[in-house]
Parts: sequence; C-alpha cells; structure tokens
Amino acid sequence: MGILDKHGAIERSATLLMVLSLLVVSIGGLVQIVPLFYLENTIEDVEGMRPYTPLELAGRDVYVREGCYVCHSQMIRPLRDEVERYGPYSLAAESQYDRPFQWGSKRTGPDLARVGGRYSDQWQVDHLIDPRSVVPVSIMPSYAFLATTPLDIEFIEDRIRADQMAGVPYSQEMYDNARADLLAQLDPYSDGYDGLQERYPGAIARNFDGQEALTEMDALVAYLQMLGTLVDFSTFEPDESR
Amino acid sequence: MQHMVKAIVLAAIVLAAAIATNFARDLAYQVHAIIIILVAGYLFIREIGKIGDKPLPVETGYMDGVIRAGVIATVFWGLTGFTVGVWIAFQLAFPSLNLTEWTGPYLNFGRLRPLHTSAVIFAFGGNALIATSFYVVQRTSAARLFGGNLAWFVFWGYQLFIVLAATGYLLGGTQSKEYAEPEWYVDIWLTIVWVAYLVVFAGTIYKRKEPHIYVANWFYLAFILTIAMLHIINNLSVPVSIFGSKSVSMFAGVQDAMVQWWYGHNAVGFFLTAGFLGMMYYFVPKQANRPVYSYKLSIVHFWALIFLYIWAGPHHLFYTALPDWAQTLGMVMSVVLWMPSWGGMINGLMTLSGAWDKLRTDPVLRIMVVSIAFYGMSTFEGPMMAIKAVNSLSHYTDWTIGHVHSGALGWNGMITFGAIYFLVPRLWSRERLYSLKLVNTHFWLATIGIVIYASSMWVSGIMEGLMWREVDAQGFLVNAFADTVAAKFPLMIIRGIGGLFYLTGGIVMAYNVWKTITGAGAAKPKQATNAIPAE
Repeated sequence: MGILDKHGAIERSATLLMVLSLLVVSIGGLVQIVPLFYLENTIEDVEGMRPYTPLELAGRDVYVREGCYVCHSQMIRPLRDEVERYGPYSLAAESQYDRPFQWGSKRTGPDLARVGGRYSDQWQVDHLIDPRSVVPVSIMPSYAFLATTPLDIEFIEDRIRADQMAGVPYSQEMYDNARADLLAQLDPYSDGYDGLQERYPGAIARNFDGQEALTEMDALVAYLQMLGTLVDFSTFEPDESR
Repeated sequence: MQHMVKAIVLAAIVLAAAIATNFARDLAYQVHAIIIILVAGYLFIREIGKIGDKPLPVETGYMDGVIRAGVIATVFWGLTGFTVGVWIAFQLAFPSLNLTEWTGPYLNFGRLRPLHTSAVIFAFGGNALIATSFYVVQRTSAARLFGGNLAWFVFWGYQLFIVLAATGYLLGGTQSKEYAEPEWYVDIWLTIVWVAYLVVFAGTIYKRKEPHIYVANWFYLAFILTIAMLHIINNLSVPVSIFGSKSVSMFAGVQDAMVQWWYGHNAVGFFLTAGFLGMMYYFVPKQANRPVYSYKLSIVHFWALIFLYIWAGPHHLFYTALPDWAQTLGMVMSVVLWMPSWGGMINGLMTLSGAWDKLRTDPVLRIMVVSIAFYGMSTFEGPMMAIKAVNSLSHYTDWTIGHVHSGALGWNGMITFGAIYFLVPRLWSRERLYSLKLVNTHFWLATIGIVIYASSMWVSGIMEGLMWREVDAQGFLVNAFADTVAAKFPLMIIRGIGGLFYLTGGIVMAYNVWKTITGAGAAKPKQATNAIPAE
C-alpha cells in the first residue's frame, strides 16, 4: 500500500493535518447545503403564504420558549397514514418564514403542522390549562400559567425588525403598524381590523383565550389556530423532479 | 502591571453586566447578567489582591491540575445529567412530575429535556473530552500544555458556558435548535472558549518532542476543528436586542432544517464519535498494555470517518419537505458510514489480541471493551435506521431515543467511565483505585441499565410506529394518537428503571473516585510527571 506510506508526512506536520482535515469535513456540507439556497424548485410556488401576524409571531415565540418542538413535530410526511391522520403533506413553502424551523424530530404528542382550525379555541385553552380534562391519557404538562401571564408587547417592533433583517418579507408598513395589528387581531370589530386584513390576508381575529386581558394564551392559541391553514391546495401542483 | 490590566478589564465587564441587568428584557437574560456580575466581580477582587505580588515561578512537567478538575467536573455533570434524564423519563409516565402547580413552567418536560441532553453531551461528554485530550496530548507529545493558564481559562470558561446554557433553558432562553439551544451571547462565549481550547491543544502538538502526531490526537484535532465550524454556522442569527436573549435564525424553513441537522448529526459524529475515538485510541491500548491493532486501518478509518460523517445529516429529514436529491445523498452516505465506523470498532477490539484473558481480571478493561461493543452495535443500527424504508417506521418514535441511548450510555458513557478509572489513580498519585469490586458493580449496573433501556425503547418505538400506520379492512386508521400514548405507559416505566440502574452505577463510581482521591487505602504517592511518550 504505497499511498499509506506517504501518510507519515501528514503525521509529522500539525498544519498539514489541520488543513487537510478541515478540507475533508467541508465537502459534505458544501454539496448538501449550498444548492438549497439557489435551486429554484427547493421551495414550491404556492398561493396563500404570508409572514406571521405580530400576534401569531408572539405566540410562536411562546411555542419555542416552552420547547413544544421537543414532543410535537410540524412536518407531515407523504405517507398514507399521516396524510389520513393529519391532512395534506407539508410543503417546504409552508415553513419558508420559520426562523428557526419547527419540524421537530419526535412525536411524543401528535403532529401539529395542520392543527389550525381542528379544535375550538375553548378546547385549546382547556387542553393547555389541563390536558387530561379533554384527553384523559395525555402525558402533556399543564400550561395553565399562560392564561395568567400577560403578553409582553413592549418590544414587538424590534421583534419584527429582527425577522426583517434576517430576510422575512415584512414591509415598512407592517413594521410601523405592528402594535396596532397585534391588538386588532384580538377584536374583529375594532378599527384596526381592516388594516390587519390588508396586510395579512385571512388573519383570524377574535378573543382567543376568552378573557379580557391580553395573555400569552391568546398569542399561543392564535398561532396554533393558523398552523397549516395558509396554503390553498387547490392551486398546488407537485413538482415530479424535486 | 498584568494584574492591573486584568482588574480594569474585569471591572469594565462588571459595569457592562450591571447595565445589562438594568435594561434586561427577559428573565433568562437578566439572570445571566447577574451571574456575569458575580463571576467577574469575584475575579476582579482576586486580581486586586494579586497586584504587587511577585510573578510565580514557571512550572515545568505535565500540567495535571486542570485535568484533575476536569475529571471531577465530568463525574459531577454526569450525575447531574443522568438524574435529570431519569426524572424526565418518569415525567413521560407520570405527568404530575412536571410540578407545574408548584413551580410553574420551570421544570416542564419541554424545558428539562434540553437541560438533560446538554448536560450529558456537553457537560459530561465535553468535560471528559477536554480533560482526556489535555492528558493524552501531553503524554503523547512529551510536552507541557501550551499557553500556561489558558488551559484553566478553557476549563472555567466551559463551566460558565454550561451554567449559562442550563439556567437559560429553565428560564426560557432557547433558540429551539436541538443540541444548539443556547441563545446568541452564550454561543459567542462558547466560540471564544473553543478557540482557546484549539490554541492550547494545537499549540501543545506544535511544541511536541515526538516526531509523529499520535493517532488519538488526529481524532481530537478533527473534533475540535469541526465542532468550531458547525457551531459557528448553525448558530448564525440576528439578536432582537443586545438587551434580550431572543434571536432570529439566519436560515429559514428547509435550509434551516438542513443546516441544523448537518450540525446535529455531526454533534454526534464529531463530539460523540471522533473525540471519543481519540479516547479509545489512547486508553484502550494503555489499559490492555498492547499496541493499537493496525496502523493502516487507523489511517483509512480516520479519513473515511471524518469525510463521510458530514454527509449523514439528511437522514434526520427523510420524507420531509427537504428535496429528494438531498435525502437520497444522505441515505447513501449514512449506509456507507457503517464501514469506517466498524473500522474503528475492529481497531479498538483487536487491540486486545493476545490480551483477552485480562477481561477476566480487569473490570476497567471490561468496561472499555463493552463500550466498543456498544459503539459497534449502535453504528450498525444507525445506518440501518438511515434506510428510508426503515426510517419511515422508526422516525418520530421511541426507537430513535433507544438508538441514541445505546450509543450515548453504551459507547460514550462507558468509555468515559473507563478513562476516569484509568486516570484517577494516576492523577492523584494513588497506587490503585479504592475498590475494583465497586468498578465491577458499576459495570453490571450500567450494562443491565442500558439493556433494559434499549429493549424497552425498541418495543415502544416499533409498537407506536406500527400502531400509527395500522389500517382496517375498509382502509380507515385503527388507532387514535392517544391510544399509542396509553399503550406505551408500561414501557415508559421500564425505561425509567433502566435509567435508574445506570444512574446508580454512576453514584457507585462517584463514591469509588471520591474514596480513591481522599486516599482511603492509598499507598505511598509516586512521581506522576515522568515524560514517557505513549507510542
């Protein structure tokens, strides 16, 4: 094995060993990651996707903070039972504004990619406060504290700005109206409702937790109720060669 | 003068952290700022006290103090991580253990699970890697650690990283990327510590007196470099404010998923495999008193392993919205990865050629051999689960959890225990361990624990996978999701008992190590700094 005899040169030079190692470990990532940023069919062309409303975004931050992704996936695979159980399989387009993604890796609880609209707000609130009151065998922890924790909206503009800087297409108008849109989503009869619909078409507005106060429960339920509801699947055609 | 400069820098850090405490936007950030005030404040007072002191004499010989600290930290964090693991295992059987009525959100499964994974991977595994790499690189290079007290900075800096990460999870500071949950400023701190680690490790290799770099050091070096690359790229993010913990990932959706699992799988591949192979390549030959089985196999499997591991990330994303070409590439490379993995296993096991009889008399060697056996088993199971058809059943189920634990408890845990039993008598100049009998007890507790754990997870995982996809003659789904949760209840308890066995083994080890260090049954100390290279 002549070539292995030459390996001594690498073993005698720390610089050579480090440079070659770094080169060898770079290849796989370059080949697998870089094309995803420029191949056009990576993200499907679909109708209906929009960035999260400020309230949904705040709810998503609660979802991330509480580690919901640890037990719930948001990725329906194109397998018979999953499509049957959860609905149409997930598209890359549906998580294009998700920073970070919430596909998850474990289903200790069911997939949530299309949980939006499946249950009433009241069911969601009851379930979050005491999961076993609606699903007796559930092993989910209680999230009762969400209903008593006021939602912190002091820095909601900064939150939108950070998403904007990372690349989510929030407009200047969306940034300027972040607080108004957040509050408008809690009341469909408010003055801000039309502006909210203009900027975020189809956003559901109502008092999600049924209480007077604006709580983290409002935000989380608003987020859950819109999950997987944006894409109009009647306009979607799968790409065979993706 | 040097103390003066340090004191001024530390005072500035205290001031900055005080400002950060005042303007903090969330609890995790505020508590972290207070921790920084305390740490920097303590160091400031210490430096003030040193002003005017004469410089200490330059020490020679091997630098073992930092390794002793690393071994103690490894045992401590190991017990912490195992305890949290057992706790959250029982939470999945008895949800009232989340204690939300008394403690609010802080001890919920969603917050404790990252604490468990980070405690065992980064705190237990990381301290084991840093301590053993410092030991091995000095012995195999016949040189003192490079950079003087920089090694102590690496040690304490890393402990601070662990404390910030762990408290952050409990207080809700997480970016929700698995095994990379710490928020942006903790990531920046880890980057600084990691660069210092590379400087100490590579610097020691540069000043070695041996012409050749020993094979264990190739693995340690590849591990340090690759983790730096993965950590920096996966954690690229935009902080919402410098006064808050929240940040937004630079990547979104499908690209973010690919980057995350490129990172996530190679946290396994480089942190938990390459680094620990470095341990294997030093401690197994030393304990067996035999040379490494094959030099050529070391070369082939080293380059093949580091080249192939990086490609395996997409096997965490089969049948997802990741494009098919990337999934297929990931599957093929994951299956091929079986070969270099077993190359390493064979090289480790065959090192015992001519010394197999020692397994009867040496429980430390027995622990090491079982760890290599578990390495072999889980690196067979992994490629098998990375076949798309198998993965369609196993993904999202407890089977994955079982697979991870046969690797983590069996391979990483056991090889670390072996290294600790090897190191403690040598580092504290004891003739032998306090009790070999207790090592044997630990061996059996841990091994039985792993077997209980892995088999309950196989049953649970395959059962739920089959239940999810079961359809009746009319084509309707048979089971509601909740049915699978109920069916898993006994297996969740069995799994917890397996974990309890493993934890008990860890406690036995801690007792044995403590008794050895405090000198019970110790003979006269011997010279620890004899510079004899390992090769």
